[in-house]
Amino acid sequence: MPGSHGLGVDASSLALLPLVAIAALTLAYLVSARHQRHVGSGWSGWRCAFFVGGSLLLAAALAPPTLTWAHHDLRGHMAQHLAIGMLAPLAWVLAAPVTLALKTLPTGAARHLVAVLQSPPLRAVSHPITALLLNVGGMYLLYLTPLFAATQQGSTLHAWMHLHFLLAGYLFCWAILAGPDSAPHGHGLRLRLGVLFVSMAAHAILGKLMYGYLWPRGTGHDVEEIQAAAMLMYYGGDLAEALLAIALMVMWWRLPRQRREALPLLP
Amino acid sequence: MKRSSPNEAPSEIPTDRDARRSLGYAALLGIGVMAAIDEIVFHQLLQWHHFFDRATPTIGIVSDGLLHAGELLALVIGTFLLLDLARQRRLAMRLAWTGVLFGMGGFQLFDGIVSHKLLRIHQIRYDVDLLAYDLAWNLSAIALLLLGAWLLRRTRQLRRH
Repeated sequence: MPGSHGLGVDASSLALLPLVAIAALTLAYLVSARHQRHVGSGWSGWRCAFFVGGSLLLAAALAPPTLTWAHHDLRGHMAQHLAIGMLAPLAWVLAAPVTLALKTLPTGAARHLVAVLQSPPLRAVSHPITALLLNVGGMYLLYLTPLFAATQQGSTLHAWMHLHFLLAGYLFCWAILAGPDSAPHGHGLRLRLGVLFVSMAAHAILGKLMYGYLWPRGTGHDVEEIQAAAMLMYYGGDLAEALLAIALMVMWWRLPRQRREALPLLP
Repeated sequence: MKRSSPNEAPSEIPTDRDARRSLGYAALLGIGVMAAIDEIVFHQLLQWHHFFDRATPTIGIVSDGLLHAGELLALVIGTFLLLDLARQRRLAMRLAWTGVLFGMGGFQLFDGIVSHKLLRIHQIRYDVDLLAYDLAWNLSAIALLLLGAWLLRRTRQLRRH
């Protein structure tokens, strides 16, 4: 049972805090969506499904049994990383929560939110290249330095790591898709596809470096476990980034012909 | 969800531009398909290829990563570009098949010569005499390219008549 090994993960009320936050966000989303469907201009059921799906993934990744698994097994950590940093953020971005919030909030609060979204710091971090550096750059820093070993010691650093995964993953998916919430930047499809290409390559290279040179070090995991975790990162990353590319192309496909950018690969 | 009917262009006779696009987009798809077959058959099912071995130079890891990203994007983007051509009724089917064969054969030959022999990222199989494997690999690539060339010639002949 969780807790019986006492591996530094306590199923105390503090560990349940993220789950409560996820439940609250999901409830707020669904109540707003219901409100839009009844009195507003409607809200897509698909988007609700995406939000709930993302929340369930996050909740599964942050549930106490998963935390215990992730704490002693690097494969568990990698599965967690995949869910928190890549799959759940993609689902949440596709749910267009910002648009829903802008429609639902009172005018004053909505104006405030727009101001925050267009503020210089947010514009800076949501540029596709900044988001790439925060996302994949953060992963290189985490796994190829003693930082990862440090996150296994302190619970504050550990919580920050998960929060960084989620926020950087969300920013990255949003920057690449530039929708369905209108993004602070309106970058062209070519730049966004180029950044996605670099991200896929950087992810694959990191997976192989970890496999070959047995990073992260200093955590007491054996060779087979590290290699299995690195392969999970490689193929799991493929899956998540292929889904992101598919989402991008579906959004391109659904745009009316006049409003959509050509992919000038051929004359 | 809205239907995408306003996107439909009226049916037109495919032009030379459509022909080039059908060929090129399908070649992208072919590259992605061959890369996926390679990944699934040789890495996962047969486990002949090594995921990584220490003999791989750093440049090999980097170029392999770039190639891998390119293959995945080629598969996704190629698929959507072809679907888009088909939606406009501008897809030249025979040329698309030719493009798929060229993409598959071209990728296979590139993999066989550049990845395996020049960069030496990995070999087809380990602890065996490689010559037969390399020959089979590269000859199959050439066979795909020849099949594509044959199909292209036939298509041209048909268009002339």
